[in-house]
Amino acid sequence: MGSIFCEISRYLMIIVFALYTWSSFAVFGVKSKDRQEHMLRRQARWIFLLHLDGYLVLLVRTQNKKLLLFYAAQAVFFLCIISGYKLLYEKSAQLLSNHMCMLMAIGFLMLSRLSYEKAVRQFTIAAGSMIFAMGIPYLIKKIRFIRRLGLLYAAAGLCALAAVSVLGAVSYGAKISFTIAKVSIQPTEFVKILFVFFVASMFCQSVSVKRIALTTGVAAAHVMILVFSKDLGGALIFFVVYLTMLYVATKNPFYFLGGLACGSAAAAVAYRLFSHVRVRVMAWQDPVSVIEKEGYQICQSLFAIGTGGWFGVGLYRGMPEKIPVVEQDFVFSAIAEEMGGIFAICLIMVCMSCFLMFLNIAMQLKDGFYKLVALGLGTTYGFQVFLTIGGVMKFIPSTGVTLPLVSYGGSSFFGTVILFAIIQGFYILRETKHGQGGRERE
Amino acid sequence: MSKKTKNSVNNREFAVIAYCFIGLFLCMMAYFAYFEFVKSEDFINNSYNVRQEAFARTVVRGKIYSADGQVLAETQTGTDGKETRVYPYQRLFAHIVGYSSQTKGRSGIEAWANFNLLRSHAFFLEKAMNQLTDTKSPGDNVITTLSVALQQAAYDALGNYNGAAVVLEASTGKALAMVSKPDFDPGSIEENWDWIVADENGDSALLNRASQGLYPPGSTFKIVTALEFIRENPQSYGNYSYTCSGSVQKEDSRLSCFGGNVHGQVDLKRSFAKSCNTSFANIGLSLDPGHFADTCKGLLFQTPLLADKIETVKSSFVLNRDSSVSEVMETAIGQGKTLVTPLHMAMLTAAIANRGILMKPYVIEKTTDYAGNKVKEYAHEPYGEVLSQKEADILQEYMKEVVEDGTGSVLKDAGYDAYGKTGSAEFGANKGDSHAWFVGYAKKEGKPDIAVAVIMEGAGAGSSHAAPAAKQIFDAYFRE
Repeated sequence: MGSIFCEISRYLMIIVFALYTWSSFAVFGVKSKDRQEHMLRRQARWIFLLHLDGYLVLLVRTQNKKLLLFYAAQAVFFLCIISGYKLLYEKSAQLLSNHMCMLMAIGFLMLSRLSYEKAVRQFTIAAGSMIFAMGIPYLIKKIRFIRRLGLLYAAAGLCALAAVSVLGAVSYGAKISFTIAKVSIQPTEFVKILFVFFVASMFCQSVSVKRIALTTGVAAAHVMILVFSKDLGGALIFFVVYLTMLYVATKNPFYFLGGLACGSAAAAVAYRLFSHVRVRVMAWQDPVSVIEKEGYQICQSLFAIGTGGWFGVGLYRGMPEKIPVVEQDFVFSAIAEEMGGIFAICLIMVCMSCFLMFLNIAMQLKDGFYKLVALGLGTTYGFQVFLTIGGVMKFIPSTGVTLPLVSYGGSSFFGTVILFAIIQGFYILRETKHGQGGRERE
Repeated sequence: MSKKTKNSVNNREFAVIAYCFIGLFLCMMAYFAYFEFVKSEDFINNSYNVRQEAFARTVVRGKIYSADGQVLAETQTGTDGKETRVYPYQRLFAHIVGYSSQTKGRSGIEAWANFNLLRSHAFFLEKAMNQLTDTKSPGDNVITTLSVALQQAAYDALGNYNGAAVVLEASTGKALAMVSKPDFDPGSIEENWDWIVADENGDSALLNRASQGLYPPGSTFKIVTALEFIRENPQSYGNYSYTCSGSVQKEDSRLSCFGGNVHGQVDLKRSFAKSCNTSFANIGLSLDPGHFADTCKGLLFQTPLLADKIETVKSSFVLNRDSSVSEVMETAIGQGKTLVTPLHMAMLTAAIANRGILMKPYVIEKTTDYAGNKVKEYAHEPYGEVLSQKEADILQEYMKEVVEDGTGSVLKDAGYDAYGKTGSAEFGANKGDSHAWFVGYAKKEGKPDIAVAVIMEGAGAGSSHAAPAAKQIFDAYFRE
């Protein structure tokens, strides 16, 4: 009986997630606001169905009664997020809170399957950060001076990065975290946000050559420190985010292309200078030839994805634990293995939908500073998703970054929740300003 | 209106960025789909993929078939649900089909196609139904290129000798037969394991000599030496002349013709047909060692054979400017440090038959689902032109002469055109102990050419043992 249920659930979860994904794009095709809201409410129900089904499968497979309580706590948590935003901020974007809950639900589900302890830990962090994040839209409305802090952001960010680069612990070849009172913190996850605020605050006032030179210098310092700490993924994200913001602020595509050319040249130099860069590239080009060592992780990841196939092997039926650091950088492979390739494609599309929603909000904002911040945060999110998923499927060399909201890791989770909350805040600001006149056509 | 236009102008860069990212994401999704559809099958079939074992829980291991549809291996499930791997031809395909055992691992096609056999491409609804009812789905089948009749002929031809025989279809590289002796019964591998690996006779019965046994090539290597001589003397090789007095003394090393023969005056073709050691030693001394090594490299010595799925070892050829005179002479007649696998020699012969184009050898024709619908077909694939058409034509003529008026005369007037080269490769300390070699190919209207390599350990002269064995194989092939 149990195994029949698990088998049916394997397909049911794919169908539910596919419907969810479809509705997150279809909702833009609907004109009437009432119908939109109706669709989004139905979409929220898909989250709960998927989440419930997944946990029932885990329960059948493990017989661990503690999961029931854990599930209930999560369900209440999601309900709080979705209704909380609606209640506190009438004009909030439900698609965004839906996506946030869906990604968290998938993350909790997979983490519970991989390691119950880590899932519980992650959930605690999630609850804490959501309480914090609920207030952010209010802060954005009230605090007006955030646009004027400019170099202060950069100073704080650079200090944090420099501190971790000097004091930080080395994990998987990169210095990215340090530990305070038994809590390991990765400052990069927060500095990303500070960095976006810094660039936006610099460029929203002027884009004179002098200012561009100054900002570029400070941005380069961020990237250099990260390269020095061997956090290549982080360095790449800062680099791309800066180029994107520079291009949008100046409206000059040559900055973007020129920056890209410089970046490529720098990458070529780094390839020659640093052995750890060469190792990553080698493991990407032909992982099987170095499967014993450098290519082991990516090979295990591809074995997982390939063995799972389009429909997946089912929760607890695969061997995702064979992939080193599976809960963090390689959680996507575990999802693809056990929940299937279709599910994984849907996951990519939901992440893409988040990104498009961010840019959409950025486009609708009137205020130059908010516009740039929304763009920068959106790019941070989108590029990080691209780096991590592209890395684990060997589309690009693996850079060791997490999948926001899905991967295990407190700092990454907290940072992403703040990121979502800021954009949510911008959206609420915009909706409130437009007031009773109804939404503009998008 | 004007406000809206202004807004869209303001947002043009945002749209550009959005489209760039959509492009990136779409490419990534396309790559994911490409990996799942095209590349994953080959990629996950890797011994490092421990997930393979998990498949046996839900899939009944598929069957292995010969090219003509005979079952070479299948899993039978008893009424108690116990699965037994059955090999109807027992020892006949012991090495190439191999064995599959829970406790002792796998070898041969059972190992190379392990993943294919454990996958089920039955219709997914059917599989889903099976899983719901807790029944195992039937695994995919592997259709090989092997021919039962030829395998049997090669097996019989080797008789009681240890050794190997390889039969390749020259134009495609299909392995039609691959025999290695001594052998074992794959069906009772678990019961006999200790006895087999104890290896009291030191005969390594588990080793597939056909693709992994390294032997001195003996006189069959004169094909390569002759080719090198032709390459170094493209205009004048026809004018070569040498007077054989049965033996030759250079510095402090001495070398004689096989069986004490004296061949008198010989040109290159006659040296080849009669397998005159002294003449070839003389040729060897005239060759440029560096160039010789390059030629050998081009013929896949010191290089992986790139046989699809078949496990191989590299053949070795060691000669350079510092090599001693005796080493040079020995190498020219296929003794010395040169070592080859029977598969490699069969490939070279096939390339000569195929006018210079070497085809990658393969043994798996395709995989199908249990109902016979194709899952994946392995097409034949050229490795490249390893010798020119002209060179191949000359060697063909020489190999014809071996049969017409040389050491391979047992194949003369056999009812098909046979070409070849015999060899008697000395081994060990005892002068006179030799492995019998024959490499060659045969053609007849209406059937594709086949190339064979036969080695019989310690049998003696190639002309009296290996050439007749090859004849049995050719006969069986053209009789069909």
